[in-house]
Amino acid sequence: MNNSFFERRYIIAAIFITFMVILLGRLFYIQLVDDRYLYFANNNVIRKKVLFPARGPILDRKGKILVQNEPVYDLMVIPKQVQPFDTLEFCKLIGIDMEGFHKRFEKARGHSVYLASIFEKQMSVSLYRSLQEKLSDFPGFYGQLRSVRSYPDSAAAQFLGYTGEVRDKDIEKSGGYYRLGDYIGITGVEKAYEDVLRGQRGVENQMVDSRNVPKGRYANGAYDTAAVAGERLISSLDLKIQKLGEKLMRNKVGSIVAIEPSTGEILAFVSSPTYDPNQMVGRERGNNMARMYQDPYNPLLIRPIQAYYPPGSSFKPLDGLIALQEGIINPQTTFFCPHYYMAGNHRVGCEHFDGPTNLSKGIAMSCNTYFCNVFDRLINRNGPKRTRQTFIDWKAKVNKFGFGVKLDVDLPNEKKGNVPAPERYDKIFGENRWRSSSIISLAIGQGELLATPLQLANIECTIANRGFYYRPHLIKAIGDKQITKKEYTERNFVGVDEQYFEPVIDGMQQVVEHGTAVGARIPGIVMCGKTGTVQNPHGKNHSIFVAFAPRDTPKIAIAVVVENAGFGSSWAAPIASYMVEEYLRDTITKPKAQVEYIMNANLLPPPKGSKVKEAKQTKADSLKKAKADSAEKPQPVLKSVKRKAKKQPSAVYYANQPAVRRDDEQ
Amino acid sequence: MSSNERGFFRNIDWITILLYLCLCTIGWFNIHAAVYDEEHRSMVDLSTNYGKQFVFIAVSLVMAMVILLLDYRFFSALAPPFYIVTVLLLILVLVVGRNVGGNQAWISLGGGFRLQPSEFAKLSTVLLLAKYLSGTNVKITDTESFFITAGIIILPMALIMLQPDTGSTLVFFSLIFVLYREGLSPYFLIIIALSATLFILSLLVNQWLLVAGIAVIGALLVFFNLRNRKFIFGLLVWIVGSLGFVLAVKPLYSNVLQSHQRARIDELLGITFDPRGAGYNVNQSKIAIGSGQLWGKGYLQGTQTKYSFVPEQSTDFIFCTVGEEWGFVGSSVVIGLYLFLLLRVIQIAERQHMAFSRIYGYGVASIIFFHVLINIAMTIGLMPVIGIPLPFISYGGSSLISFTSLLFILLKLDSNRTGYTY
Repeated sequence: MNNSFFERRYIIAAIFITFMVILLGRLFYIQLVDDRYLYFANNNVIRKKVLFPARGPILDRKGKILVQNEPVYDLMVIPKQVQPFDTLEFCKLIGIDMEGFHKRFEKARGHSVYLASIFEKQMSVSLYRSLQEKLSDFPGFYGQLRSVRSYPDSAAAQFLGYTGEVRDKDIEKSGGYYRLGDYIGITGVEKAYEDVLRGQRGVENQMVDSRNVPKGRYANGAYDTAAVAGERLISSLDLKIQKLGEKLMRNKVGSIVAIEPSTGEILAFVSSPTYDPNQMVGRERGNNMARMYQDPYNPLLIRPIQAYYPPGSSFKPLDGLIALQEGIINPQTTFFCPHYYMAGNHRVGCEHFDGPTNLSKGIAMSCNTYFCNVFDRLINRNGPKRTRQTFIDWKAKVNKFGFGVKLDVDLPNEKKGNVPAPERYDKIFGENRWRSSSIISLAIGQGELLATPLQLANIECTIANRGFYYRPHLIKAIGDKQITKKEYTERNFVGVDEQYFEPVIDGMQQVVEHGTAVGARIPGIVMCGKTGTVQNPHGKNHSIFVAFAPRDTPKIAIAVVVENAGFGSSWAAPIASYMVEEYLRDTITKPKAQVEYIMNANLLPPPKGSKVKEAKQTKADSLKKAKADSAEKPQPVLKSVKRKAKKQPSAVYYANQPAVRRDDEQ
Repeated sequence: MSSNERGFFRNIDWITILLYLCLCTIGWFNIHAAVYDEEHRSMVDLSTNYGKQFVFIAVSLVMAMVILLLDYRFFSALAPPFYIVTVLLLILVLVVGRNVGGNQAWISLGGGFRLQPSEFAKLSTVLLLAKYLSGTNVKITDTESFFITAGIIILPMALIMLQPDTGSTLVFFSLIFVLYREGLSPYFLIIIALSATLFILSLLVNQWLLVAGIAVIGALLVFFNLRNRKFIFGLLVWIVGSLGFVLAVKPLYSNVLQSHQRARIDELLGITFDPRGAGYNVNQSKIAIGSGQLWGKGYLQGTQTKYSFVPEQSTDFIFCTVGEEWGFVGSSVVIGLYLFLLLRVIQIAERQHMAFSRIYGYGVASIIFFHVLINIAMTIGLMPVIGIPLPFISYGGSSLISFTSLLFILLKLDSNRTGYTY
């Protein structure tokens, strides 16, 4: 028996046990303690595929579609699966050249050989149909359905805005929600309501093997989430008058804003010149965009909320209202109009000669003398020494009407207009060295006073409501749910009592009945309005008309601005009257030829930089003027205004700043 | 021969057979899971690895029967010729062998089956070792016996090294346990442990720092044992040996080992980090096992193995499937089964009256232990990647049949443990 070392069995057994326990310990650590490995394993095998929800459509107030989604196809390629094929025919089918083909193919290969890359973006359904039949000849290529925005009526481009691929900045700001290649609202409603429109993305967990070949769904889809489509937005817009407005404003620069006074809902939001929103979609988007950036008339500017105009005579009712509230005048107060007004040694001309003029008449005839007197009394009511303080008080009152402040409409990049601050005059005239006569041009809505068309329309709402307005807004319902934002139902009182409105409204009614805008009269509808002809140092005067109707149960308030068109009565007023009648009656009773004449008129100013004189106005213009039998003539320009205008031409008239330019687009 | 007439199942250790069958079945199911795809659902489809493994299991069982039917003296008697045949096959494979994965290790048998002589070399070496050491007047402590023993082990090692199959070569080192049990000085075990430690340390630590450390520790030990001259002498030998080893590691490491082996060791020790290159296999293997967590992903649900992230998934990396689909629980069960089997084999070895049987038993335990330890440790990143199979579980006919033979010869010897002495 050679068995003298039998006790060594225990040592050997102990060694075996020790090592096995070490293995178990290690397994315990990597399987139970360290959970990185599960994460790595999932990373290896799970490819999260994002399911894009359909973007919410936008409808008008009557349920007509303004924007919806249209299917397009992205042509995808998996380079590994591509076999030799007739490249020339293929190029012809999708409309690219050989060079473009190779460029795209190399780009796809650079991305991944096994994974799909986009070969050609956003092919229309019809193009894809013709390609589809032959797609089996081109292994490795396939179409992927996605949706883009489509605008059946091509209307309200600036209101709707457009979408585009996200920029790095957006991705950063969203905290990782957006990923490269996602679409996001860039302007207009698309931007303002991005959170609602975009919906909720879904995720599909796909499994792949070590060579990235798909192997079906992970856990039978237990962790997948479906995409939730974006909410439908009901806008307050009335597509019918919106389209009419766009037609009327064709070949003109300017805008139309119509608001329902009883709700603050914006009925028309015309910015002209406009563009077909469909141009912002599809394969030609880049080119179209570039063209629009170069367009001297800047169609991308959202004029209703971004363009500045002096309100001109359309400001006069405000003078009256504030003066009445302050007790400076009463409806019967008369001033004698000698055809001019002397502010210090400046002569402010007046186009008519009516002698004694009271408030209603002053408004009806747009009497400069009357309102200069009113303004002078208003600013001097605490004595000339306290002009500055009184002016600050006046500015606050004007601000209450929504002038010089943002109305917080539900669109991005709204501008606030301008009511000059006293500091401005301190600078020009020296501190406390200015008096009411120095700033008398404010009385007639000129000078440094600047407003957006939306603000002009909003003032009409205020007058129509006799003293308050609802915050103007463009979206009235999200999904099936009415927007019940508190601020949309709150009355914003402007600080003028109801009783003071009637005399002013009387005057405004007379404007249309037999005053400066008699051409805008609509038989059977009592419309109250006010014309404005705004001096433009760059060219022909801007034509402005503001109105609301009917007088007693106002359904619509409107502001129309036509740049470089001349008198308010000749262009803006008829356009407003057609809009109002169309809205209230669904028809226009005026002769068709008249309407078409306006539609077809080309009032585009010569592009900036061109030497063409604006004297080339058409004969039709004067003809029209005669027809409108308006008495309003261009108002003489105050010398101070003229001087200032010369000094700082950039400060006035209309905002030429381009829409916020995106640097990734050319 | 009366025992055989009463049936060859008499005195058979059923516990071991049960453990064996458990492990084979686990292997078969996991191979199925590792190569599973939708097209080949049948468990016995001969075109797939698990179909073939089914055949191998059947052949192994037949082999086990045959072994149990043979006379117990047969193995002792045939050990020398068997050893010679194996050595000849190992030479033959170098000449006519098929090269698979860089190793010239297989002899084609036709019909898609092939023979791996190195698998059988383990068995024949253990048999001859048992035969030699159980001889009268053979003592491992004698110089002559020691060298003959060493020769028996080193000859097949050298031939396998030429293929070159590092993994199978290293397996023979496990026989140190057998020699230890039979009286080899424990210093050999200590030297191996010390060498391993110093090897790793000298790769990780600056070698001069290590030399200084050894010198300081040595000096302290000498200082506190100045009275004990004999101890000091021995200690000095150890210190000088260690210093020499440490200084030799770097040149040996860069000149003897092949570059891919160096890369695997560097990766393991964290000297390099390259989860897509040299570290890919181990990294994916760890991900597979680690992602199994407590209960595993379930049978056929392992994504790492099913979608081919883990290489060699049915052979050397089969434990990944176990770890991924059955989790910590399943892994522990498998390791538990192995440990149970090893302890049982030691118990069987110790109850033998014949030295041959006992030595053979320890040989079986050592070889199985080494395979299990190295294979599993490799899959969980404790050892460098060495291609050796997991006994009874990995796919492969040669390996399964040779392990079966290894185990059942012991069972046969064990069934005759009473009544006969050698």
